[in-house]
Amino acid sequence: MADVTLRKVVKKYDDVLAVRGIDLDIADHEFVVLVGPSGCGKSTTLRMIAGLEDITDGDIMIGGDIVNDVPPKDRDIAMVFQNYALYPHMTVAENMSFGLRLKRYPKAEIKTRIDEAARMLDIVELVDRKPKQLSGGQRQRVAMGRAIVRNPKVFLFDEPLSNLDAKLRVQMRIEIKKVHQKVRTTTVYVTHDQVEAMTLADRVVVMNHGRIEQIGTPNELYHKPATKFVASFIGSPAMNFIPCRLEESGGKLHVRITDRLAFPLPPARAARYQSVSRTDRLLLGLRPEHITEASAHPEPGVENFDTVLDVTEPMGMETLIYFALEGAQICGRVNPNAGAVDGGPLRLAVDLNNMHLLNEGTGAVI
Amino acid sequence: MADVAIERSATAPRTVRKRASLRTALKRKSTAAFLMTLPLILLIALLVIYPAFYSLHLATLNKSMQRFIGLGNFQFLFKRETFWLVVEQSCIFAITAVVFKALIGFIVAHVVHNIPAKGQRKWRGMLLVPWVIPPAMSTLAWLWLFDPSYSAFNYLLAGVGVDRIPWTGETGWARFSVILVNIWFGAPFFMIMYLAALKSVPDQLYEAAAIDGANWWQRIWYVTLPMMRNIIAITTLFSLIVTFANFDIVRILTAGGPLDRTHMFATWAFRIGIEGGDIPLGASVSLFMVPILAIAAVFILRDINKRGNEA
Repeated sequence: MADVTLRKVVKKYDDVLAVRGIDLDIADHEFVVLVGPSGCGKSTTLRMIAGLEDITDGDIMIGGDIVNDVPPKDRDIAMVFQNYALYPHMTVAENMSFGLRLKRYPKAEIKTRIDEAARMLDIVELVDRKPKQLSGGQRQRVAMGRAIVRNPKVFLFDEPLSNLDAKLRVQMRIEIKKVHQKVRTTTVYVTHDQVEAMTLADRVVVMNHGRIEQIGTPNELYHKPATKFVASFIGSPAMNFIPCRLEESGGKLHVRITDRLAFPLPPARAARYQSVSRTDRLLLGLRPEHITEASAHPEPGVENFDTVLDVTEPMGMETLIYFALEGAQICGRVNPNAGAVDGGPLRLAVDLNNMHLLNEGTGAVI
Repeated sequence: MADVAIERSATAPRTVRKRASLRTALKRKSTAAFLMTLPLILLIALLVIYPAFYSLHLATLNKSMQRFIGLGNFQFLFKRETFWLVVEQSCIFAITAVVFKALIGFIVAHVVHNIPAKGQRKWRGMLLVPWVIPPAMSTLAWLWLFDPSYSAFNYLLAGVGVDRIPWTGETGWARFSVILVNIWFGAPFFMIMYLAALKSVPDQLYEAAAIDGANWWQRIWYVTLPMMRNIIAITTLFSLIVTFANFDIVRILTAGGPLDRTHMFATWAFRIGIEGGDIPLGASVSLFMVPILAIAAVFILRDINKRGNEA
C-alpha cells in the first residue's frame, strides 16, 4: 500500500512529446482511472509508473520514494495487461505464483496466497489448467490473480477489459470493483471507455494530447466539466453544444440561439454570466437529459420550445430524439409516451438550471 | 461437400447414372486432391522410394553384385575397426557441431533481435551469407585458409610467434577443422530460425516477467526458452540429420584423412562404394544412418507432440 505521485513528468519519443509534464497525486487506497482518446498519453503514463518506459523529465514517487531509475521488479507493483500476458506454458497456479517463486517465498505461503486469490476470483477449479484452456473472462481473472497474490504497493491496469465482449466487460467491471473493495490496494487504471472510468473510479483523470484536462470525482466531471473536451468526452450520449450569444432584453439576461429562439436565464445563472461579453461567440452546453418533453406546469428555469424531430431512437425506458438547431444536431431524452415520432413535431423543454456556457474560441467552461 | 454430391447422384435419372457417378467422383474434393497430388507422389516414388529399396537390395549382394549374401556385408562391417571409428566420428562430429551451432545461433539471434529495426535487415542478410553459399565452394576457401604452408591462418599465427598448425594433417586438428567449418556453415540457419521464434514471443510476456521480478537470465530461462522449445527441437533434429549425413565439407577439406580419422558415414560410403568399387558394401554403410537418425527423430518429435498444443 502506498501513494503515487507524479511531478512534471514528461515523455518524449524522438521528437514527439507523448506526455507533456503532468502532475498527479494518488492517495493510498485510491482507485484512479486515466481516461482519454487513443494517443492521449494515458498508457505511456501508466507504463512510466510501472517502469516499463523511461521518463524523459520529472519525478515519479511510489510510497514517498523517487523511483525514476528503479527497475520494474524493484518497484513492488503488479500490472494487468490488455492481452493478459499470461505465460502460455505455465498452469494458472504457476502463472499466479511466478513472481513469488522468483522471490523465493516458502511453498506453504505461496499455496495459501494462491488459494485465497483463487477463491476471491472464483477460479479455484481452474488452477491446474493452462491459459489456452480458458475463456477470455477466465484469463482476465487469472491475470488479476497474478497481481493480487503479489500483494504489491500499487496495481496497474492497462485497458484490461477491452478484449472482452460487452456483456463480460460489465461483469468484470463489477468484479474489479469488488476486488478493490476487498484488498484496498492503490490502483491506477487506464481505459478509453468513459463508462468504465465513471463506474470504477474514486477519481478520474481525463487526458488529452499528453496533458491532464481535468481531475475529479466522476460526478464532478459530469456536472462541472472544466473544458469542452471533458464535457464532450464524459457522458453518453454526449453533451450538446449549440452556438449562441448572451443578450439583454427587458432587463433580463437571455441566451439567444436563433433570431426567433432565445431563453431567459434563471437568476443564479444570470448572475454568474453577467460579466461575459455580449459579443463573445459562445456555446450552450446541454446534456440530453436536460432536453425533455414539455410539461404543462414548467418549473422555474425550464423553458419550452417547439421543434420538428429528425430521428427518434426508442430505447425502452426512454426515447432518444434528434433534431437540428443552428446547424448542430441536438440529442434529447424524452419519455416513451411523449409522442415522439420520426419527422413529427414535438414541444420540448430545456432545463437551463443545468446548462453550461462555453467560450467557443478557448473551449473553457465559463 | 461429398455428401451433397452423393445425394445429387442418387436422384439423377437412371439412364445417365454411370456417367454421372464418374462426374461425382471427380467432384469429390478428396478425389480431385488426390489426382492433383499424384504427379508429386509419383516423383517422390521415383526419386526416393525406388532408390531406398534399391539400396536395400544392393546391400544384400556381394561385391560383384552377382550373388545374394543376405546380411553378409553387415557382418563384415561389424568386424572392421574403421567402421566403428566412423560411427564414433560421425557422432562426435554431429553432436559437437549441432550443439555449437545451436548455441552460437541462439546468442547471435538475441544480438540481432536487439539491433534497432532500421539496421537489422542488413545484419540479417550478411549473417546468412555462409549458409547461402554452396558449401562445396566455401569449403574450398577454407581449404586454402587451412593450408599448412601458405595459409592466412598460419601466417597470422607466425606473426604472433606461434608455430604452424597442421590444420588438416593431424587427427585432432583435422576433426576440429571440419567441425569448425560445419559450424560456420550451419549456425546462420539456427540464427534465422531462432530469430523468427524470438520475434513471435509477445513483448508483454517479457514486461510481465520484468514486473514479476525476473532478471535477464530468468527471463530467458522462464519465458524465451519455453516459448521457443518447439522451434529448438525441430531445428536441432533437422540439423542433426543433415550434419550426420554431411558429405561435402569433409570430402573437400580432408577427404576423410588423415588415416580415415575424419570419415563420416557418407564420405566413407563414397570411398568404399564409388572409389573402392564395392557398391553393395558402400550401400550397407550408408544404410546405417537410417536407424540412428530414426531413433533421434522419434525422441525429439515425441516431445513436440506433447508440447505442441500449449503455445
